[in-house]
Amino acid sequence: MSGGSYYVPATSRWPILGSLALGVMMVGTGMKLVYDTGLPVAFVGLIGVIAVMGLWFRDVVIESQGGLYDAQMDRSFRWGMGWFIFSEVMFFAAFFGALFYVRMFAVPWLGGEGAKGVSGLLWPDFVAHWPLLNPPDAAVAGPQQVFSPWQLPLVNTLILITSSITLTIAHEALKEGYRKTCRNWLAGTVLLGICFIFIQGVEYYEAYAHYGITLEAGIFGATFFILTGFHGVHVIVGTLILAVILMRIHKGHFAHENHFGFEASCWYWHFVDVVWVGLFIFVYVL
Amino acid sequence: MAPKLPPQPPLQHSTTAVADGQAHGHAAPPKGILRWLLTTNHKEIGSLYLIFSLIMFFIGGIFALVVRAELFQPGLQLVNPEFFNQMTTMHGLIMVFAAVMPAFTGLANWMIPLQIGAPDMALPRLNNFSFWLLPVAFTLLLSTLLMPGGGPNFGWTFYAPLSTTYAPPSTTFFILALHIAGISSILGAINIVATILNMRAPGMRLMDMPLFVWTWLITAFLLIAVMPVLAGVITMMLMDINFGTSFFDAAGGGDPVLFQHLFWFFGHPEVYIMILPAFGIVSAIIPTFARKPLFGYASMVYAVAAIALLSFLVWAHHMFVVGLPLAAELFFMYTTMLIAVPTGVKVFNWVTTLFRGSISFESPMLFALAFVVLFTIGGFSGLMLAIAPADFQYHDTYFVVAHFHYVLVPGAIFAIMAGVYYWLPKWTGHYPNERLAQWHFWFSVIGVNLTFFPMHFAGLAGMPRRIPDYALQFADFNFVSSVGAFFFGTSQLLFVLVIVLCVRGGKKAPAKAWEGAVDLEWTVPSPAPLHTFETPPVFQRASH
Ligand code: HEM
Ligand SMILES: [Cu+2]
Repeated sequence: MSGGSYYVPATSRWPILGSLALGVMMVGTGMKLVYDTGLPVAFVGLIGVIAVMGLWFRDVVIESQGGLYDAQMDRSFRWGMGWFIFSEVMFFAAFFGALFYVRMFAVPWLGGEGAKGVSGLLWPDFVAHWPLLNPPDAAVAGPQQVFSPWQLPLVNTLILITSSITLTIAHEALKEGYRKTCRNWLAGTVLLGICFIFIQGVEYYEAYAHYGITLEAGIFGATFFILTGFHGVHVIVGTLILAVILMRIHKGHFAHENHFGFEASCWYWHFVDVVWVGLFIFVYVL
Repeated sequence: MAPKLPPQPPLQHSTTAVADGQAHGHAAPPKGILRWLLTTNHKEIGSLYLIFSLIMFFIGGIFALVVRAELFQPGLQLVNPEFFNQMTTMHGLIMVFAAVMPAFTGLANWMIPLQIGAPDMALPRLNNFSFWLLPVAFTLLLSTLLMPGGGPNFGWTFYAPLSTTYAPPSTTFFILALHIAGISSILGAINIVATILNMRAPGMRLMDMPLFVWTWLITAFLLIAVMPVLAGVITMMLMDINFGTSFFDAAGGGDPVLFQHLFWFFGHPEVYIMILPAFGIVSAIIPTFARKPLFGYASMVYAVAAIALLSFLVWAHHMFVVGLPLAAELFFMYTTMLIAVPTGVKVFNWVTTLFRGSISFESPMLFALAFVVLFTIGGFSGLMLAIAPADFQYHDTYFVVAHFHYVLVPGAIFAIMAGVYYWLPKWTGHYPNERLAQWHFWFSVIGVNLTFFPMHFAGLAGMPRRIPDYALQFADFNFVSSVGAFFFGTSQLLFVLVIVLCVRGGKKAPAKAWEGAVDLEWTVPSPAPLHTFETPPVFQRASH
């Protein structure tokens, strides 16, 4: 509820510059994809987006350090971040939904199962199975084999779960006022994030070089890469956020009792972690 | 029970607050165009949304008139079929994403802070960002019409594989534009939820909020829940087109029907996103002009919530003929019919509010009353479509076109117009010209029914949708529809005229512009000063 001193920022140039930069980036991306030119345009846009985000958040940090925000503003940020994460959950839900639909319905039906099995007439020799190594049409080459979950994926699972724990320790340390401890555990978390990204990179290399798991490898490759790919992007972003937070801790930002910037990045990181557990179970193990 | 107002204190607060605005950290806004580009003020951003939406309404309208001109008589006269398809597609996309949705967001921006006694939106810079993404997105979308191979031509529902394997090259740009528009919607919705949950005047509980605020809270929840799913499905399209994945290609083990499931999981809640705020507006206007509190405030809130929750469970009623298992056909048929129950609760509520009211018929009320009658017609045709075996006949005919135009034009758009006429005095300080507004109303009602009623018959007689030419027996219906469409389209110029005149002058409006109005926005002066409620008003509940 309103307290009376809610901070309404003066005019700002970042929103409009941000949308223009995003527009330039999209135009460049489209040009690259459709006409195979325009990569520089996309990069200019991307740099613009990153720059605007940096400057915009810088303003927020300055305002926050300057004591302009009250408890009500803090709650606005909390609601904002909470609902943003919910929107991210729904984004991944679309991809998980696609995976479940394909595994439970589309592929079995293609194999002739159920009342809708007529589509089996198109590819009478097709046998439904998962992971789908032999897609219905011979023109689509499936993967030669899939990853064992108990090697790199398991290592990555342990890394991410550990990183959630180290982050929580860092947070507790901050609350108790042990800033150095906080810094160290946070640095550890960032390192674990980097390890995860590195291992995921190795796995992608393996996928293309030795396993035949590619974007073109039928529905298995498609669902595999869209789920792990978007998750990987989120880990990269999360690691960057934590790195910025680390720098701010170093600079002496964040009060012991009130540090939503820190908490928000924790929420984000735990969310990314939970998505990975879902991935590990449904993409790798089952 | 709609809240009654505290006598006058907020007005004092806000005017003094404006006088010493500097002390509250407002530097003088930049002059000229920059002021609009850089603004963080909810009223200015609200106006930007509304103006943008009005422009897009006319652009989308022109596309529709191209369609109706071609369908004026059988045969191919004006445009080639390829371009015809681009026009139907662009008409739908522009009207849904660039006209109706931004109009409601504009009204939300203007009115939610005023109705809950907040100084502004919770996250004002983010608010400006959400707006400016829209012109970027829709410039990009419209530019696809000029690209080699033409713009999107697969209908506003862009079913794969029409939109993947057989799509024009510009489809990639269409996807990217839609991504930008989606980001705009999600951020805008997050802002609205944060505002409503966190910025209410002290003493205002959730169940004290005006219904427009309630409906928007639930709409924003729907937006945050389903826009990311749209982003997901168009990303899969992008991958299928550009990176050789097989999400929607059975040859690789995917399924085109998967596209439809994902699209309609977004798409059905999306149609409620376009109607719930309309319910809120009508629920404000009818009590005002019937001079009676709304018949059942709580039941309205629960009905909206029920509609929103059910809207996640009905999506496959758009897919009855695609080849679903029998159990799915039945499930989606029954859940769809179930939605008619809370919808009926709402209609009965409006009608009982009117019962024994002392009603006057100013232009906002006229539009609201037409809404109740004509939206209900759309609801009934929806019920007919919900019967799966009957839908085997109706699907993809003009009957469906009639259905959704009844819920969207005299539904969503009439409610927007009602809201604009209702709140114009608050925005500009002047009443809209009532005579002209009433002409606009009668022309619109006649135009809408001329255009869309015959489509029911054409559809029942079997005329398919999305075709540039048709069999001779449909000629009369189409003739009437086309005449009606041009009549309706032209009369919308009156709407612009009324707005322009009202901005420039007219009868002065007091703070409480309508005799029977009760909500907080009517306690601040008309026109509302740039900054209102900087010191929150103390909300007093009506004794009930
Ligand atoms: C009583 C409530 C409603 C019911 C039972 C209902 C039912 C249906 C059904 C079964 C269809 C699919 C018809 C077909 O394609 O064969 C449909 C289509 C549609 N409805 Fe409704 N509807 C209702 C209310 C609404 C509302 C409130 C809106 C929007 C404001 C709306 C917008 C649409 C649209 C846009 C389509 C067509 C989409 C397309 O294929 O292009 N409906 N409706
Ligand atoms: Cu629907």
